[in-house]
Amino acid sequence: MLPNGAIDCDVHVAVPAMAALLPYMSQAWREMIVTRGTDGLDLASYPVGAPIACRPDWRPANGKPGTDLAILQREVLDGFGLRAAIVNCLHGGQAVHSEDLARALCQAVNDWLVAEWLDKDARLRASIVVPAQNPGYAADEIDRCAHDHRFVQVQLLASNEITLGRKYYWPIYEAAARHGLPIGIHGGSAYRHAPTSVGWPSHYAQDYVSHTMGLESALLSLMAEGVFNHVPDLRVVLIESGVSWLPGFLWRAIKSWRGLRGETPWFTKSPADLVRQHVRLTSQPFDAPGAEEVRKILTHIDCDEMLLFSSDFPHWHFDGIDALPPGTPYALVHKMALDNPLATYPRLKETLS
Amino acid sequence: MSEILDRARDQPVRAGIVDCDIHPTMRSKKELDPWLPERWREHLAEYGAQVRIPFTSGTQYPKSAPATARRDAWPPSGGPPGSDLAFMREQLLDANDIAWGVLAPLSAAARNTDLGAAYCNAVNEWQIENWVKPEPRLRACVTVAQDDAALAVAEIEHRAGDPNFVQILLPSKTTEPLGRKRYWPIFAGACAAKLPVAVHVNSVGGGYASTAGGWPSFYLQDHHLNVHSFQAQIASLVLEGVFEHHPGLKMVMIEGGFAWLPMLAWRLDKAWERMRDEVPECRRPPSEYIREHLWFTTQPMEEPEQPEHLRDTIDWIGWDKIMFATDYPHWDYDDPRTAFPIRLSNAEHSTVFRDNACGLYGLA
Repeated sequence: MLPNGAIDCDVHVAVPAMAALLPYMSQAWREMIVTRGTDGLDLASYPVGAPIACRPDWRPANGKPGTDLAILQREVLDGFGLRAAIVNCLHGGQAVHSEDLARALCQAVNDWLVAEWLDKDARLRASIVVPAQNPGYAADEIDRCAHDHRFVQVQLLASNEITLGRKYYWPIYEAAARHGLPIGIHGGSAYRHAPTSVGWPSHYAQDYVSHTMGLESALLSLMAEGVFNHVPDLRVVLIESGVSWLPGFLWRAIKSWRGLRGETPWFTKSPADLVRQHVRLTSQPFDAPGAEEVRKILTHIDCDEMLLFSSDFPHWHFDGIDALPPGTPYALVHKMALDNPLATYPRLKETLS
Repeated sequence: MSEILDRARDQPVRAGIVDCDIHPTMRSKKELDPWLPERWREHLAEYGAQVRIPFTSGTQYPKSAPATARRDAWPPSGGPPGSDLAFMREQLLDANDIAWGVLAPLSAAARNTDLGAAYCNAVNEWQIENWVKPEPRLRACVTVAQDDAALAVAEIEHRAGDPNFVQILLPSKTTEPLGRKRYWPIFAGACAAKLPVAVHVNSVGGGYASTAGGWPSFYLQDHHLNVHSFQAQIASLVLEGVFEHHPGLKMVMIEGGFAWLPMLAWRLDKAWERMRDEVPECRRPPSEYIREHLWFTTQPMEEPEQPEHLRDTIDWIGWDKIMFATDYPHWDYDDPRTAFPIRLSNAEHSTVFRDNACGLYGLA
């Protein structure tokens, strides 16, 4: 069972429609958006109608999943007896092609998050949604929002224009480290490239399954390009990753690194050591069928500091109140729900303790 | 001593193992001339194969070693690694008591599928005349230009019944995911010819970035992430219903490793349970099709931090589905004496190093 006062490190809220963001835009952008009829921009990585996008009993009578504060309060904040929950807002502002539109949308989303969610329930925290399309803009947005310590993390999609470890993106990591903010990398894609290296699948189910590949690729890129050398304090949280891919990924990464590290001389620490030092993972979904498999995967991961409790509200990974992967040992539950989040997010520790 | 060599766990090689991934190469492209029509010889000389990379020669990710090969695999007689049968016998087949070796000739997929089909036909003749006839321990693969299914099926039908060929060979990176219906005639043709379909890793396929988030900078990444092409292919094959509609189809995943498979099967099962209305041709839990229809070769063997964890992985996959392979003569060759980080029982050793492949390929 979850202890009282747990911290949920991944809940989702959604922008109901573009109209909700207009009050948080300049007059010029409001006119531009209204004149051109710009609306929608829900990310294809999570179609709002897909069964996995919302538990049936968490789906609001009207509107998109994750748009009703009362449901979030009843089912998650009160339902799980939480002390705090980190809100991640997946929005197309992170995927539009125009850097300037991306900046306007992300700024509006962050201001909307403050007014519509953080100000309305003191238990809520949020990730800063940044326009990675222009890392300079993204760093500016981090600097703009960071004064509000209810923003505890910077949110990126796993799959963008170019691989996340490239120096192009380093201003984002520098800004995050400047403010003590972890980088939260969420499964999903801006669809600049096919979802798989063999092209475009026919089904959403295949896109969804492929999210683990996007996250693995992003993680390997961060290590191979030397991001953790450049920003030694950087913390990365892989959100909604599925978790159980990690051991197999590391076993292969270790082997490749042993054979090929001459190509990347700065890559001096084993991938397993780098991951245990810098990387954390949210606990839902945890891709394993039962308690025995979960326990074995946890043994393979061999680090009780890496998992952060999450419900992944409103996504549908479990029913009832079984928000923990089956078979999670009690000692680990306590760490996942309390100690690890506080250790991962300096700003949680500062405002909750 | 380095951590890689400090392993004091050499296992004796028992009589007659099967190596499921050996790469024969040509001393020069002229070796194909006897079987390649003049039109295509001229085309290759003038325009090249036109694959989907920015270079006409070299590779988009410089490899770790010349010819991607073991540094000791260059034949004393000259020519590239894997091009000299006598040296291959000495260095690989005899040295490791290999009773049967399955050839996997690699070539970049030409965008022009007429060229591709002619080239594959010539490679198939070359395997028989230059390798299998002079060395009866070797077996060949039917290479096909998979992006023109009609031409591919014609080649499969041409080879059906020839015991020198033990499987059809496809690359892991294709123009579309393999479950798409454009490829189904190949699966039907394979079933009719009673041949398994193997998927071997390739780095250049349909021209898609190696990751959904763009191109890696380094071979270290690209080499590692090739494994995702297998994962994407398996998801496509299962969810599109290829195994549901081809119940006799057997497939072999070569040089993709295997430690990722349990996770993929679990993830597919969960996604299927939630969204099976989207994929009605997948009528059972994906893990069931995977368990029944897929075999995996070992190289490059994943290396857990705690070797015994590999046993959990193979228990989940099934010991009857794992087949040993060396990948000779490439740099990441797995040695049959040291590749397994865990000590196998005699029964486990026999099944992985011999019996599974003999059963699948009908070798006896």
